[in-house]
Amino acid sequence: MDFRLGEKSDAFRAEVREFLARHLTGEMIEQAHITGTYHNQELHRALAESGYLAAGWPVEHGGQGRDPLEMVALAEEMTLAGAPTDGMTTTLMIATILRYCASQELREEVLPGVLKGEIVMCLGYSEPDSGSDVAAAKTRAVRDEAGWRVNGQKMWTSLAQVSDYVILLTRTNPGVPKHRGLTMFLVPLDSPGIEVKALETLGGQRTNMTFYTDVLVADRYRIGEVDGGWDVMQTALVHERSGKGRGLADRLLADALGWARTVDHADAAPIDDPVVRLELARVAVRNEVAKLLGYQAAWAAANEEMSGPIGSMGKLFASESYVRAAADLLDLLGSDGVLQHGDEDAPAGGWIEYAHRKAAVTTIYQGTSEIQRSIIAERGLGLPRSRGR
Amino acid sequence: MDLGLSADQRALVASVSSLLGTNSTTARVRQAEERGFDPDLWRRLTEFGAVAMGVPEAAGGGGATLVDLALVAEQAGRYLASAPLVEAVVAARLLARCGTARYALLDHALASTEPLVIALHRAVQSTFRLVPGGAVAGLVVGLDGADLIAVTDQAPGRARANIGSAALADRSAAPAAGSRTVLLAGPTAAVAYEGALAEWKALTAAALVGLAQGALDLAVEYAKTRHQFGVPIGSFQALSHRLADCATALEGARLLTREAAWSFGAEPDGSGEFGSPALASMAFVFAAETAQQITAASLHVHGGMGFAMETDVQLFFRRAQAWPQVYSGIRAEYQRLADLEFGPAGVR
Repeated sequence: MDFRLGEKSDAFRAEVREFLARHLTGEMIEQAHITGTYHNQELHRALAESGYLAAGWPVEHGGQGRDPLEMVALAEEMTLAGAPTDGMTTTLMIATILRYCASQELREEVLPGVLKGEIVMCLGYSEPDSGSDVAAAKTRAVRDEAGWRVNGQKMWTSLAQVSDYVILLTRTNPGVPKHRGLTMFLVPLDSPGIEVKALETLGGQRTNMTFYTDVLVADRYRIGEVDGGWDVMQTALVHERSGKGRGLADRLLADALGWARTVDHADAAPIDDPVVRLELARVAVRNEVAKLLGYQAAWAAANEEMSGPIGSMGKLFASESYVRAAADLLDLLGSDGVLQHGDEDAPAGGWIEYAHRKAAVTTIYQGTSEIQRSIIAERGLGLPRSRGR
Repeated sequence: MDLGLSADQRALVASVSSLLGTNSTTARVRQAEERGFDPDLWRRLTEFGAVAMGVPEAAGGGGATLVDLALVAEQAGRYLASAPLVEAVVAARLLARCGTARYALLDHALASTEPLVIALHRAVQSTFRLVPGGAVAGLVVGLDGADLIAVTDQAPGRARANIGSAALADRSAAPAAGSRTVLLAGPTAAVAYEGALAEWKALTAAALVGLAQGALDLAVEYAKTRHQFGVPIGSFQALSHRLADCATALEGARLLTREAAWSFGAEPDGSGEFGSPALASMAFVFAAETAQQITAASLHVHGGMGFAMETDVQLFFRRAQAWPQVYSGIRAEYQRLADLEFGPAGVR
C-alpha cells in the first residue's frame, strides 16, 4: 500500500501553486464573494493558456493527459486557495459531453473556443418540478422546418449571466417512459426568447432561473440521438474525471485554527479550551476520512478498478461532515460569531459564518445526500430499491 | 499511490479468515465468554504465526509490516476472536525492540501456551489496571515509573466482570523477586512504550473495523430477509439510509486505519520508527465511533430480537464498547489527538 498521491502529482501540485501565486489575486476572491459569481474571466483565460482548464483530457484533444491523481492535486490547490472556478467546472463537464457525444460540426464550432478559455457553458438540467428526479424534465423541444422550438423553464442555471451556451435537457417525446423521451441540446444563450432571471442564495452565490419561449435551436446543436438524452447524461457520469481530496472543510479548519490560536490581552487563546480542542480534533479526523474517500475514488479511476459506490460515499461523507463542522465551529465563536465578513471584529474574517451558510447547499447539489444514500444502499449493500422509477 | 492489497496480502487475509471462520464461530465465542479466552483458538493462531509474524526477522520472526498485521487484526475483529491477539503482537514487537538480550524472553513467551500482553496503563502503586488478556497471560509488558518492565512467572490475575466478556485483570508490577525484568530504563523506555501504544491503537482500530463489518453484514442480511407490511424492511429508506451511512463510515474507517498502519513503515527494525502517532490516534477514535455507531444501528435493525441474548448482534455491540474503552474513552483520546495535532494547551 502507499497513501501518497505520488511524484507526478507532487510535481504538478508545485506547478499549480506557482500558477495560483502568479494569477490568483485577493481581489478576485473578494470580487467573487461580493458578486456571488464564482467565475473570473481573466483567471479562466489564464487557466486555459496554461493548459489546466482541460488538464485531464488527452493531449490529442487539447489537454495535458493528466491522470486522476494529478487532477486531485489540481482540485485541492484550487479549492484551498479559494479560486473561483465554478465556470471551469461546468464548462469542462459540458465540453467532455460534447467530446464524446456531439457531432463533428458542433465540436469544431465550440471546443476550440473552450480550450482557449473564450467560451463558458452552464448546466440546464433541473426544473421547478424536477430536481433529484431529473428525468422528469418538462421543457419541450418540438421539431419544425427550421430546427427545434424550445419552450420551458430551467432552475439553478448558475453562471448563465456570464455563459455563452447552456446544455439543455428537453422532452422530445412525451408518449414514452420518461427516460426514453429526452433529447439534449447545446443552446447559444444569445438566442432570441431566452430570459435569465437572477436568484440569490443563502450562501451568497448568485444563480438563475432561465426561461425559454419559442427558442429556435438548429438541429446541429443536438447532442446525441433524438430521444437519447438520458444516455448523454450517463456519458457525463462515466467520464467524470475530476478528483476530490482535501476541500472546503480543510479551508474551514484552517480558518478555525487561525481564530483559535489568537492570543488575547491576558495571554489566553481559545485553543487552550478542551471543548475547542475536541471540536477541532473531530473536524481534523473527519477531514482526513473525507480526503481518503476522495483519493480512493481517484485511485480506482486511475487504475480502472471497480469502485462500487465509492464516489457516492465520498460526496455524502464530505458534504455532511462539512455541514456539521461549519455549524459546530461557528458555535464555538460565541457572540462575535454572528459578525460577518467585512466587520472588523468578525472572527476568522467572517469566513466561518460564511461557510455555515454556504455548506447547506453541498448536501443538496450534485445529487442530494438522500440520492447518494439510495445508491450506496442499492449498489453497495444490495438492499431493495426504495424509490419510484 | 496504491490503495489495493498485494496478492500476498490477499492470500494472508483469505487464510486467516478461513482459520477464524472455522475456529471462532459465534457458538465458540459464546462458549469462551466466561473466561474471555479460547485456548484452542489461541493455539491455532500462534501455530499459524499470527503473533510471531509481527516480530522482526532479526529477532526470529516473520518481519510482517503493520499493514499485514492490521489485515490479520481486522479478521480477528470480524470473527470476535476470543484472544488478546493485538496485545500479544504489540508486546512481542516491543520486546524485540529491547535488544538481543531479550530475545530469549521473547522466544520463551512465543513458545508458551499462555499469551504475552501489553499493559495499556502505566503502573499505579505497582499495579497495572485492567490488562487485556491479564486473566490468562503468562507475560505482561508495561511501564512502571521510568522503567519498561516484563513480568513473568506470576499467577494470572483475577478476571473482572466486563461488558466485552474479555479476560481483563489487574496485574502486579512488583511481583516476587526473579520474575520482574527491567527491559529499558529512562527516556528510551517511555518512547518505546508510547510507540507500542500507537501500534496498539492502529491495530485495535483494524480489529474494530472488522467487528463493524461483521455487525453491518448481520444488519444487511436481516434487512433483506425480514418482512413487515408485506415487504423486506430494507426497502424502507428510514432503515436503508441509516445503513448507507454506516457503510460509508466503515469504508472511511478502513481507509484511515490502513493509512495509519502504512505510516509505520515497511520494516519493524527497531530503529525507533513509530509511524504517525496522530494517524494512529485518528484511526482509533474514528474506528471506535464507527464500530459503536454500526453495532447500535445493527442492533436496532434487528428490532426486538436485537435485544435478545440469543441474537448474535449483542456480541458485537458489547465488544465495540469494550475494546477501545479498556484503554480510553473516545473524548479523552480526542484530547490526546489535539495535543499531537495542535500542540499542548497553553504552550505558545
